[in-house]
Amino acid sequence: MHIPDGYLSPATCGVFGAVMIPIWMAASKRVKKTLKVRQVPFLAIGAAFSFVIMMFNVPIPGGSTGHAVGGVLVALLLGPWAACIALTVALVIQALLFGDGGITAIGANCFNMAVVLPFTGYYVYRLISSNSPAGSRRRVIAAGAGAYAGICMAALCAGIEFGLQPLLYHRANGQPLYSPYGLNVAVPAMVLGHLLVIGWVEVLVTALVVKYLQKEDSVFFEGGSS
Amino acid sequence: MTRAKKLWAGIGVLMILSPLGLMLPDRFKAGTAWGEWGVDELQKRRGSVPQGIQKLSDLWKAPLPDYAFQGWEGKDLLHSSFAYVVSAVLGIAIIAGVALFIGKVLVKEHE
Repeated sequence: MHIPDGYLSPATCGVFGAVMIPIWMAASKRVKKTLKVRQVPFLAIGAAFSFVIMMFNVPIPGGSTGHAVGGVLVALLLGPWAACIALTVALVIQALLFGDGGITAIGANCFNMAVVLPFTGYYVYRLISSNSPAGSRRRVIAAGAGAYAGICMAALCAGIEFGLQPLLYHRANGQPLYSPYGLNVAVPAMVLGHLLVIGWVEVLVTALVVKYLQKEDSVFFEGGSS
Repeated sequence: MTRAKKLWAGIGVLMILSPLGLMLPDRFKAGTAWGEWGVDELQKRRGSVPQGIQKLSDLWKAPLPDYAFQGWEGKDLLHSSFAYVVSAVLGIAIIAGVALFIGKVLVKEHE
């Protein structure tokens, strides 16, 4: 889901950069207000966890690969705004140090994986878990559902971003300038692999850790303020 | 062990296991993630490379491209796994450091 340099037009990259700046500002403001001193190490743990989980490439039908992001889990534990910051740190370092995701696409990649993913996951989790007890099975199911929704929604966004390029940017003869794959190819390619395989990897990772933390100490699930 | 230490230990285990993320796709002959192909691969898939991708794909030279060492292209899975683990260690150290710094700066302002 890491869009490389050149697949999105500079204008598209500019739009996503412009969208991300106020989101990052809002996230810092929010986190400044809500993050407790004792939670700071967990911001680092969340960012590191998300980074390392993204290294586990999993084959998907059709000969390509995908990976979980772990971002919904971070959102459940620290809130979606803190997750946005943790994931942004991971994504920026991935782009700069490892060339995973383009530097011009940092805005778009952060929009998909540091905003759409944690916020979708968090609100689906909140909706399903509602007032259930911290140690309940319902929380685990809600976490899994949030994980699935979050990563699939992020994949859909990436698919749309890829797919709009040939519509918007092509030469007079129709030759694409950036991503050459239209919505009819890019959206199913991105979404199906996540619906069928990667979504379930994200579910598994999220639910397992939630289950473990429930057993260890449910104090975590009282801290996830929005 | 404190809660944070336990979680760090978990991340340490994931770090060591990370080459599974190379081995599993290798085993199933799965290639690059969709939409993340480089110029050569795109050329092979489509027979041509859009001009924008040609121009912009080399914009940034990452020091550890694709979690591998430069000059180690084509080395066997053992070598690439080693580079992968080194990348994981380095990535985690830097990311944790930056996140910790941001967290401390933000929290400090309201303490």
